[in-house]
Amino acid sequence: MADLPAGERPQLAPPIDDTGVLGWMRRNLFSSWGNGITTVVLIVAMVWILSSFLDWAVFTANFTASVGSECRGQGACWALIREKYRYIFFGSFPYEQHWRPLFAVIAMLAMLVMSADRRMWNWRLLVIWGVGSFVTFLLMFGQIHIPLSLFLFVALVIGGSGMSLRKGIADTGEMTAYRVLATIGAVGLALRIAGVLPTWSLAIAPLSYVETSLWGGIPVTMILATYGLAFAFPYGILLALGRRSNLPLIKGLCVGFIELIRGVPLISLLIMASVMLPLFLPSGTTIDKFLRAQVAVILFAGAYIAEVIRGGLQSLPKGQFEAADAMGLNYPQKTLLIILPQAIRVVIPPLINTFIGFFKDTSLVLIIGIFDFLNTANQALVDPNWAGFPGEVYLFAAFVYFIFCFSMSRYSKYLEVELNKGTRR
Amino acid sequence: MAVEALGSAPRVKVAPWNDPIIRGWVFQIVVVGLVAGLAWYLVSNTIDNLNRQKIASGFDYLGREAGFEIGDSMIDYSPASTYARAIWVGILNTLRVAVLGIILATILGTLIGVGRLSPNWLLNKICAWYVEAFRNVPLLLWLFLFYKLISEAFPGPKQAISALWGSMFLSNRGLYFPVPMADPIHKWMGVGLLVGIAGAVMLYRWAKKRQEATGQPFPSISAGAGVIIGVPFVIWLAGGAPSTMSWPALKGFNFEGGTVIQPEFTALLLGLVLYTSAFIAEIVRSGILALHKGQSEAAAALGLSRGQSMRLVLLPQALRVIVPPMTSQYLNITKNSSLAIAIGYPDLVASINVTINQTGQAIENILLIMAAYLSVSLSISAFMNWYNKRIALRER
Repeated sequence: MADLPAGERPQLAPPIDDTGVLGWMRRNLFSSWGNGITTVVLIVAMVWILSSFLDWAVFTANFTASVGSECRGQGACWALIREKYRYIFFGSFPYEQHWRPLFAVIAMLAMLVMSADRRMWNWRLLVIWGVGSFVTFLLMFGQIHIPLSLFLFVALVIGGSGMSLRKGIADTGEMTAYRVLATIGAVGLALRIAGVLPTWSLAIAPLSYVETSLWGGIPVTMILATYGLAFAFPYGILLALGRRSNLPLIKGLCVGFIELIRGVPLISLLIMASVMLPLFLPSGTTIDKFLRAQVAVILFAGAYIAEVIRGGLQSLPKGQFEAADAMGLNYPQKTLLIILPQAIRVVIPPLINTFIGFFKDTSLVLIIGIFDFLNTANQALVDPNWAGFPGEVYLFAAFVYFIFCFSMSRYSKYLEVELNKGTRR
Repeated sequence: MAVEALGSAPRVKVAPWNDPIIRGWVFQIVVVGLVAGLAWYLVSNTIDNLNRQKIASGFDYLGREAGFEIGDSMIDYSPASTYARAIWVGILNTLRVAVLGIILATILGTLIGVGRLSPNWLLNKICAWYVEAFRNVPLLLWLFLFYKLISEAFPGPKQAISALWGSMFLSNRGLYFPVPMADPIHKWMGVGLLVGIAGAVMLYRWAKKRQEATGQPFPSISAGAGVIIGVPFVIWLAGGAPSTMSWPALKGFNFEGGTVIQPEFTALLLGLVLYTSAFIAEIVRSGILALHKGQSEAAAALGLSRGQSMRLVLLPQALRVIVPPMTSQYLNITKNSSLAIAIGYPDLVASINVTINQTGQAIENILLIMAAYLSVSLSISAFMNWYNKRIALRER
């Protein structure tokens, strides 16, 4: 063609426009015959499904009925949600006290949102969780009795961890302080167990006491998931370290525990907690049902978290361990100052995904009769005045779960990008 | 000299409390002692409690009469059967829903995962929202929703929707449809099916070897399907082609005859498949995305269509990335099938829960649950590990 003189070259068709709305549609919806047909079929199907859904959920829906029978023959009966939302959210908590679980939920949400901020990932996290948990449980219980042994235990933990972590780093005065704290804790606990010290406890009781059997709805789901994870986290770290340990007995115990828990369904653990735990304890002692479920969730979560953390530990190059040894750090220092900060950083996104999983899995506690959010939604269906509208209630509950889980999964995605900024080109 | 010193460094004499080996053993003995002490404490409490509450122990109860109904059983079962049989029915029901769930969720999940990579924007977005919707809501909620919809949206047996000229009935008791009357030939047809499967596998191997040697392709998939269906069919013909059917018919308040897919089973299977397929879709998508872009470009350059390049080039390679996380999804289906207890499908946990309530022997029964799930889990992971090793890249 090049050999033709300029005036005689045949005119080529202009290139197909691939900018603007039409161009976008041509590229993304009608790029080939097959694609075009798929698009048309999908649009028809979507229009049909969406129009019948909207017709049911909005146009013929009843928002104002005062009893279920008024909704018959119409679309969705959202009046049921209007009537029952307080019960669905807060369960059988005393009605006029519903502000308490509401503020407890707000406190927990604030705690979680603040922990999501990377600027808080230091000592502030401990303060946030300490204050947040105190407010949450004070609001839920109304009265908290902190026993003397808890204070002694905290003193022992702070003193002990200070003694091993700051060894060779802190000056003599600081070390003496840790030793004194640890001694007070250890001696006090020993005296307390021996019965020398009295059963004194600090009572904080501004509100009326509400027992856990009355708790229900969204606070229960959030407490089970959040504190399940909070306690399972250190426990999972210990299991993961144990699994990587070169002490054969420790390793065997940890591997056995992790594989046993991961091999059986959560329901069997919950049934075990509800029927077997009472057999395990000396007769006469009873454990709160809520606490039993919480313990089962913690044991279950611990095994899964251990595996996630093990992934992080394995991703660390061997040089990190060797360098820490060469620096003369002891095991707690090496683990807590060098290894774990790096290992956990790698696994934060998968840890959040694990948390989403537990948030959903807490719904299983309804099988042993605890009133979590799904169970209160279920109970709202039992009222004979409002029988026959399961779709509305479950869709509403699904929507609430979706908001929680979807926002967490978005956060995990954001973190994944954010934390990898340093390693990506 | 220096090498020698490195090779056999004389152990430095340290005080026993500073020797890492002695420390390690002391630490281990202390931990194991604590665990053993805790275990002893729990066991002694348990024995004490069992004696006080006069609860028998041991597995003798397995041989006693169970005395409870099971709505959905694959083998002969009546309330007069033993507890062992009731638990066996539960295990079979768990396996049935798990196996079907694994197969269907794999197919649906793969389709949706491939759909999320489609150049068609609309299909892509619909698949993405499917995934988000299903995996961000608890499975238990889906189960309740499906179960309530099936049992409340469909009419009762008397107003059942009949289909295919009155041979099938859909009601809130499930879907009733005709089946062939029991006949001794069916057992031989089952044997024939196994023979057919073995024949198909051998055919596939032979075809693959021939294609590698001569380059001649052989339609081994359609031929294999023919063998699998053909052998039992020939046996059926040889057995005189028994064709009496058992038809469902309304008797009193429910249907009799035929066979039924129960609403509990349907809701459980539907919930498990839709929920798990969302996770499988993500696994498949990330597996394909992990492949180098050159693979799909090379396939396109060879003139393969999108479907062919997906089937022949991309998926086989992506399998290497996909199989390990897929194994844990299969284990999840198996474990999640225990949620059946919430909607009344008689799986293993449901049977054992009734057994616990009737006999009071919680410990033995929970050991049974754990043993059953552990052996199923271990066999699924063993199979998937074997498969993973088979498809793994063979490196020199």
